[in-house]
Amino acid sequence: MTAQEAINKLKEVSGNGSISTSEFRDNTRVHVSKDILMKVLTCLKNDCGFDFLVDITAIDYMGYPTATTDRFAVVYCLLNTSEGSRIVVKTMVNDPDPVLPSSYSLWKGADWPEREVYDMYGIRFEGHPDLRRILMPQEFTSYPLRKDYPLRGMGERHNFPVLTRAEG
Amino acid sequence: MAVSLPENVFTAKLDALANWVRTNSLWPMPFATACCGIELMATGASRHDLARFGAEVMRFSPRQCDLMIVAGRVVMKMLPVLQRIWQQMPEPKWCISMGACASTGGVFDTYAVVQGVDRFIPVDMYVPGCPPRPEQLIQAVIDLQEKIRQTGKFFSDEFDKRTQYTGPSQSLPRPLDAVVAPGDYTTATRQWEGTGKVQFGERGVRTSLEIHPARK
Ligand code: SF4
Repeated sequence: MTAQEAINKLKEVSGNGSISTSEFRDNTRVHVSKDILMKVLTCLKNDCGFDFLVDITAIDYMGYPTATTDRFAVVYCLLNTSEGSRIVVKTMVNDPDPVLPSSYSLWKGADWPEREVYDMYGIRFEGHPDLRRILMPQEFTSYPLRKDYPLRGMGERHNFPVLTRAEG
Repeated sequence: MAVSLPENVFTAKLDALANWVRTNSLWPMPFATACCGIELMATGASRHDLARFGAEVMRFSPRQCDLMIVAGRVVMKMLPVLQRIWQQMPEPKWCISMGACASTGGVFDTYAVVQGVDRFIPVDMYVPGCPPRPEQLIQAVIDLQEKIRQTGKFFSDEFDKRTQYTGPSQSLPRPLDAVVAPGDYTTATRQWEGTGKVQFGERGVRTSLEIHPARK
């Protein structure tokens, strides 16, 4: 199914007004609210043939000129492996408790991307089997890709024991 | 007073002998984490041939090496590992910090990259460059050999006196309440949940913190 056909199908399934679309450089994006996210993803996977979850990532819109009230966007890039068509699903979450349902039940490959989004942005995925940090050390306390986290960190990289020569 | 020796016997100071041996059989531990590691490999390969200086036996076990070559940027997740390997290397041992990243953090002035390994382990030679050419690394090895020749002692007691940190200033501006738990170089693990160092509440929010004693 092409992206356009998939969108028509989605509109049918989830009611016409609940999703909007946009295009950028031949990529079709679907904007959905977080309460119908799982419905949309399930429909895309099971009925529209988007069987491959390419990536999950997030965007922090803090300070963005055209930002809406929602701070974070979570982006799902999907691929239909039999036809080669692609679609991007975008949903917004907001502080102070950004949380989304996990898509692990649809694609096992959502495991690590969701952990990465959690690690870097602090967006939780409810229903994820093992939501731990994946890139940063376990005891890291911040979410480094948030726009309000300073580029040079908050002292984490300096806080280690010092070994001198005599301690060889 | 003339001492009569057989003609194939020489006398020397023990220190000089030890230095002579150590100088010409440096066994590097390649701690190669990034692009500089490729130059390190090139240095060991046939065109540049580090073997000419007795330093080609790259040991991947810290127990068998006496020269750590830190080639590449070191991130805060890796530093406890680096320190642990350094601790596992037998005395006497030396360290070459290869490239801008290992020496200063290089262009990576970011939250995760350690701004110079010499802040946390002792470094003998710094190699500038990004990446340094193999010739520069070879020069560093030659200079290190000179240093060992000049300062080495048989019992390595020259190291005992160096109890002071010699890297850059530690008075770095950092808000202490934001500092995370330090790595533990003896186990290369980090002290976190359950060890009493850092406590996490729900969803990984830190609720208490203890600064490492060395940092107080
Ligand atoms: S100094 Fe340059 S070549 Fe070496 S690790 Fe850093 S960026 Fe790579």
